[in-house]
Amino acid sequence: MSAKAPEAINIQLAGVGGQGVLLISNIIGLACVKHGLNVLSSEIHGMAQRGGVVWSTVRIGEVFSPMIAAGEADVLLAFEPVEAARAAEVVSKRTVVIINLRAIVPFTVGTWGHKYPPVDDMIKALKGISKKVVAVDAEKLAEKAGNKVAMNVVMLGALMGRGVLPVPDHIMKAAMSEKVPKKAVDLNMKAYDLGFKEAKITRG
Amino acid sequence: MNEILSNKVGKRMFLLGNDAIVRGAIEAGLDIATTYPGTPSSEIGNTFSQIAKDAGVYFEFSTNEKVAMEVAAGAAVSGQRALTFFKHVGLNVAADPFITLCYTGVKGGHVIIVADDPAMHSSQNEQDSRYYAMLSGAPMIEPVFPQECKDMVKGAFDISEHLAIPVLVRTTMRVNHVSGVVEFGDMKARRGKVHFDKEPTKPVPMPLVSKQKHPVLLKKLKEAMELTEAYQFTTIEGPKGKAKLGVITAGASYGYVKEAAKKLPYDIRIMRIGMVHPMPVKKMAKFMMTVEKVLVVEELEPYMEMWTKVAAKDAGLTLEVHGKDLLPRIWEFSRDIVTDAIIKAMGDEPPKRKMPFQMELPARPATLCPGCPHRATYYACKVATKDEAIFSSDIGCYILALLPPLRTADLFLCMGSSVGTAAGFSKATDQAVVGFVGDSTFFHSAIPGVINAVHNKHKFTYVILDNRTTAMTGHQPHPGTNKNGMGEEAPALDIEKVVRGLGVEWVRTVDPFNVKATIETFKDALAYKGISIIIARRECALLEVAKKRGKGEALPTYRVIKEKCKKCKRCLKMFACPALFIDEDGTVAINDTLCVGCGVCAQVCTFGTIEKVGDDTK
Repeated sequence: MSAKAPEAINIQLAGVGGQGVLLISNIIGLACVKHGLNVLSSEIHGMAQRGGVVWSTVRIGEVFSPMIAAGEADVLLAFEPVEAARAAEVVSKRTVVIINLRAIVPFTVGTWGHKYPPVDDMIKALKGISKKVVAVDAEKLAEKAGNKVAMNVVMLGALMGRGVLPVPDHIMKAAMSEKVPKKAVDLNMKAYDLGFKEAKITRG
Repeated sequence: MNEILSNKVGKRMFLLGNDAIVRGAIEAGLDIATTYPGTPSSEIGNTFSQIAKDAGVYFEFSTNEKVAMEVAAGAAVSGQRALTFFKHVGLNVAADPFITLCYTGVKGGHVIIVADDPAMHSSQNEQDSRYYAMLSGAPMIEPVFPQECKDMVKGAFDISEHLAIPVLVRTTMRVNHVSGVVEFGDMKARRGKVHFDKEPTKPVPMPLVSKQKHPVLLKKLKEAMELTEAYQFTTIEGPKGKAKLGVITAGASYGYVKEAAKKLPYDIRIMRIGMVHPMPVKKMAKFMMTVEKVLVVEELEPYMEMWTKVAAKDAGLTLEVHGKDLLPRIWEFSRDIVTDAIIKAMGDEPPKRKMPFQMELPARPATLCPGCPHRATYYACKVATKDEAIFSSDIGCYILALLPPLRTADLFLCMGSSVGTAAGFSKATDQAVVGFVGDSTFFHSAIPGVINAVHNKHKFTYVILDNRTTAMTGHQPHPGTNKNGMGEEAPALDIEKVVRGLGVEWVRTVDPFNVKATIETFKDALAYKGISIIIARRECALLEVAKKRGKGEALPTYRVIKEKCKKCKRCLKMFACPALFIDEDGTVAINDTLCVGCGVCAQVCTFGTIEKVGDDTK
């Protein structure tokens, strides 16, 4: 191992099918391997991809299961506000919560009469558990970088901007470049940097 | 060449459990791999489909799991190393050849991966495949981590060849879909073409032969009982001296036990079982002599708990054995569930847990994609039947129509069940009956049911939702597509010709995006006195849109003319495309990020409120 093994670092990712959540947990996992860290990651495939909830986890260090126990996430990286609230079980005062502000309203609101709570209420509720809640308009930043599809990489940049992961920035960028399409590397680099800066600025 | 085929011993890759299984089989010198796609095992086939040519392995997506088992069995009986894999219910389909293959035996190693799905993330039941090992007599091993997926699959071929019997590898979703670091080992040479040697005691289990074969199987099982006692992946860890609690566990549960034990203040000794059939009962008895009481931690059925009680009784031990009295028999475990069970086993009170806050959140179930041709077919069917028919359904994305507002699924049991159950509905009731089946599922196991309906003169309408792919499991080819699992050109079977060949007289093929024509076709089909088949053909929206985007082609864009919208919500109540939503003023609007421009909603709206505005390269 080239790096000192840390205590377990637990990252919970939550979002919606089609947002590229699994790509991000894959990139983080790859970066950990590149840095010589032990890592386990888990994901839900299948029906979740048809616009349903997508969860994945990354756990770094001396871990024997990919699953995060209640309140034990070091990071909750939520790609959508309702999915941030739905994942609240893993959040405690130690958790850094990064939320993409753009709501994706599920069809159940229009056709089943379900209610989409105000985004501010959900953020407030999460702030009630952890003081380390950061809200980012990742889609806007991705558009600034050139394509709103790069929203997921903005979120990765934001995660790195908070400095919680035991992986150097250049290694994460190398892992990201390997996993995104070749022609989109430059765009994603921009997206990553914008996310990184945003999370740094709004720190606190 | 794909990295997963690297010859570099010691190379470390971040791999999904399913990909680690592929690597293990390749390292073992695999010759042939067969499957029918099913999650949680689907990625094994997807990866083989990418690497088989480079690896020199023959790979196929077989028509169904039974055929997959038989193709691999033919190769393994000849002396090649074979891998067959599917989800848990796939083994139901393949059970017939599998059980008898344990009698005939194999010459080359035959490893069968069976992927269970506790909590049913993508399955219709959570049956526990370990009972298939008991039923058949085949050894069964259970990896936990991606590294073990590779190493244990590789070793399973040797066990299979040593005992001349197929070996089952049981995984669960939290093994298949876990990624971790995998260190590569050496590659064994593939055998390539072998010569089939005719044997004096032929593997043809007619009664005369099978009477000799069953004792042979039992002899192999006895030998496997020795192997399991020394199996390297069955391990014991914990403090020296007599421990307060012994935990016997296997599979994903091992991870939860290990992490729970680390956090708890008790002396706990852990026995992790690597080979769950046959169980190492002697080793388990010895283990139990070093602990005060035992807790068996296993997801689903009390399979190991039963064996633990057998092991204790045979050794004359009277210690307490806990298991399903303290742990659920349904769904997946978590570290918290296991922690609480250990605390209870120790006679203490587990902590109260509660959600950090309560908030009512909207459900977000999976749904048919925007532009999905199935939704258009369902809409036409609802209009034509006035929503009063009984709908039998089948396995594929289209089962999502169970949910409101489509509600065009009343019963499904298993792959191919839509046709037989439709016949049953038509006999039991005087209601109109419409069955739905996907193209891949039609080839998988609906064909005998169609023959049955023709011959026994059943009356119902059967819809083959032909989206030109096996969509749900990740777009694998099937016999109706012109590519095979190796990525080669392959003859595509014409579904219309197939059903006509089966003796069906009334057959029409429609484009579901032509809503009016599809509604009329349904009306005609429902009036027919016999089995009427509608083939609703249009490519899966995910594939069509990806193709267009890949070529830089424009997708049409649509908008709602606000002033004309009557706010009747018919489009939401009858069609319910996820790109449609209600705007703040109560009119319907289109989410242009989700919309792929299929234009069906414009045909659904009876007031002409939705119009095409142009093309957009998005």
